[in-house]
Order: sequence, then structure tokens, then C-alpha cells
Amino acid sequence: MNGAMDLSLWQMAASYLFIVILLIIVKTRGISREREILISSVRMTLQLVFTGYVLVFIFENPSPLLTVAVIIIMEIFAVNNIYKRSKNSLSRSLKRIIAFSMVSGTIFSLVYFLLVVVRIAPWYDPRYFIPIAGMLIGNSMTGISLGVNNMVSNMYTQRLLVESALMLGATPKMAAKEITDTAFDSAILPTINSMLGMGIVFLPGMMTGQILSGTSPVTAIEYQIAIMMGILGSVSLSVILFVQLGYGTFFNERSQLVIEREEITE
Amino acid sequence: MFILTDVLYKNILNIRQLNIKKGSITCIVGESGSGKSTLIKLLNNLINIDSGEILYDENSIDQIDPIELRRKVVMLPQTPAIFNGSIRDNMLIGLKFSQKPMVKDDVLKDLLKKLKLTASLDKDADLLSGGEKQRIALARILLMDPEVLLLDEPSSALDEITEEIIIQILLEFARDKNKTIIMVTHSKKVVNLISDKIIEIKRGKEIFEGGDVK
Repeated sequence: MNGAMDLSLWQMAASYLFIVILLIIVKTRGISREREILISSVRMTLQLVFTGYVLVFIFENPSPLLTVAVIIIMEIFAVNNIYKRSKNSLSRSLKRIIAFSMVSGTIFSLVYFLLVVVRIAPWYDPRYFIPIAGMLIGNSMTGISLGVNNMVSNMYTQRLLVESALMLGATPKMAAKEITDTAFDSAILPTINSMLGMGIVFLPGMMTGQILSGTSPVTAIEYQIAIMMGILGSVSLSVILFVQLGYGTFFNERSQLVIEREEITE
Repeated sequence: MFILTDVLYKNILNIRQLNIKKGSITCIVGESGSGKSTLIKLLNNLINIDSGEILYDENSIDQIDPIELRRKVVMLPQTPAIFNGSIRDNMLIGLKFSQKPMVKDDVLKDLLKKLKLTASLDKDADLLSGGEKQRIALARILLMDPEVLLLDEPSSALDEITEEIIIQILLEFARDKNKTIIMVTHSKKVVNLISDKIIEIKRGKEIFEGGDVK
């Protein structure tokens, strides 16, 4: 099997030249986004160079401790990213539930996927563990993030409907059912959509990577199918946990809707 | 049925003593922002009092399971809630939420007729006018046949004739079935025609109880 060609310094420079040409076009067209393009290119370069060296180090010194540490860092970043991407302010209890669903949903799927499906040995083999964890955590992060935004904003905009349901003797679960259902849909839709286009509209990143590195497309597809199952499972599991636990934070122990709101005295 | 003693809610309500009898129709009147809606939301525990005590059937409200309470003391909010779905779905949703047995279409049709609504049960409820929505929301809680009805301005979006029909229906409901109705209203007509008792709230602080009207 022949590995992917190493890119020479000149070839790398050529890829940057491409961006420089783009910048000139953007500038002359008067689209004021040069700054963003420049910053994101530089940032991406630095992050990846750094990660490249970190991964080389970890792969050369495989240890369970290092693998676990990397997973913990990934989870912390992912959870914080969800908090930051939320358009509404999140209550402390909702934040706790986000962190819990994110971590338990992804870890459970990851363990199942690595130890039951791929059966890596040793269990902490960083060459498998880290990239696959990245994919599961990243996708679950996007899913929960969408679910959180959807649920929180619907709880605000539909609070009269939710409260009306309570007035009719609904339990909080019944009163929030439509909202939790839409939150779940919005969270898993991107994953479902990408599965539908996969192999026809585009070749997924992991598979492309494996093919470039000389792996047979058949092997690459096996991995891709398995990882998609893992991603779907991980996204669904963490989002189900989130919506099932999350709606409860909008109600108190007297089954009253507790949303910060302008006091309605009339 | 309800006994309120030394009830405080934020600086909105301060009620020393209030007694609402079973089988009576009580009208709550007062200017906008005086705390009328707040008062009825206390009665189904949609909000908690800060201090004092509210008894329902001799039990303190905070000792009663709130869901059970709201299935007996059903509230109609000021803005009628219309859920996704047909008129039928919207009429039945109260029974569904309170886990009571569903009723046949004939019952729904009879009730629609009584409320002077002619639309088909399959019509999308969102397409109804404000006054029609208000009547659907009322139909929904009448179907639930609760012990107590809490009504927040049930006739605000209705014309005079429809208002009279609603008054008749509420009167029947209270008299024939010995049910309790507590309603916030601005309508002089409603107050004059059916109230057994009038509660006037002035800036939430003072409560003036009108005696038996009839």
C-alpha cells in the first residue's frame, strides 16, 4: 500500500497562494471580509500544526492516561462551545444537564463503538481512540447546540401555550412535548441529512482521508458506515438525554413554568 | 370552596380574608394591573403565594398535588390558547391533558352549536377569528366538567349577542351542576346578570367584597 504523497514546502506555499488570490478578488470586489478570511486561515494553520505535533507525540507514547486526558479536554471544549453558541442565557441547571448529556451520551457511544464494533487493542490506542472520539463529540456538540437553541427559544416564544396546557391539567412533560419533539428533530436533522447525501453528493471526510492514504475504498467504506452509525447513535443518545432532562429545568416542583419574564399582573 | 387568609403575593396582592363558596359565581373586577389575573392564578397554583394560606376544600393548596388541583380547578387564560391541529383536536386537548375519557363527535358538535359556532370539526383551528378561538377555548374546559372554572375575561373578544349566549351557558353550568365559577371581567352585563358575589380589587392592596348580589 502506498501512503499519501508528502506535500513539499512549495506545494504548501501554493495552497496559500490560492488564498492570496482569493483575498485580492475579495478586496477588489469590495466584500469587506479579508480580515475574517485571513484570521481564519492563520488560526487554522497554527491550530493544526500544533495538533499535528501533539498527535505525533501521543501516538509515539501511547498511554491510557494521555488518551483519557485528551478526551476530557475535548469534552470540556465541546460543552463550553455549546454554552457560548447559545443565543439565550442558560440557567445553571440547564447547563448541568447539557454537560451531563453531552459527556454520558458520547462516552457511552464511544466505548460501544471502539470496544464492541472496532475492537481496538489496547483499549486506549490513541490512533483510533482520538480521531473517532473527535468525530462523535463534534457531531454531538453540533446536535445538542441546535437542540438547546431550539428548545430555549421555543420555551420563551410558546410560554403562553405551555402555561395554558398546565392550566388544563397537563403534566410538565405533556405541556412541553411539542417543544421537546421539535428540539430533537432540529438536533438530529443535520446528521440525517448528511447521511442521505453521503456517497452521492459528497465523500465524507474520514473516507476521503483513508482513500488518500492508500486504503482500499472498500475498507474506507466499512469504516465510514460504522462511524456513521456511531455518530448517529451518539448524537441521538446525547440529544435524547438532553431533551428528556432539559425540559424539566423550565418547571419547578409545583409544576409551574419558571421562565424569566416580564411580570404579568393584569 | 376557597378560603384565603393573609395572602401576600409580591407587592401585587395583599388579601386579609376572602371566602368563595361552592356553587357560586364570583366576579372579580378592578382596573387594569390591579392583580385580578394574579389572584386567579393563585387559586390553581400556577403561581405560589409568598405568605399566608389558601385552602381548597379545606386542604391547603400547597399540600395538594398541583396537577390534580388543576384538573379540578381549570383555568381559561385571557388569550385563548390554540394548539396545532383541528377544532376537534383543540376541543379534546383538555381531556387529553387531564387524562379523562374522550367524547364522541356528536357531543362536540352539540357544544359548537350551543356556542353559535358553525365551522366543521376538521377545520384548522388556527384559521378561526379571535372570538371563535375564545369560544373553542371555553368549549374545551366545559368538556372537562371541572369542579371550578377560573375564567380570565371570557367574553372580551365577543359581540353582545354572543356574550349573552356565553352568560347563559355559564349560568347553566353553575346552577345545574352545582359548580363554582370565578371570573375576571370588565363586562358590566356579566357582573349584573350572573354574579352571586363581586370582588373588587383596588391596586391589589384592598379587597372590597360585595355581598350577595341576588
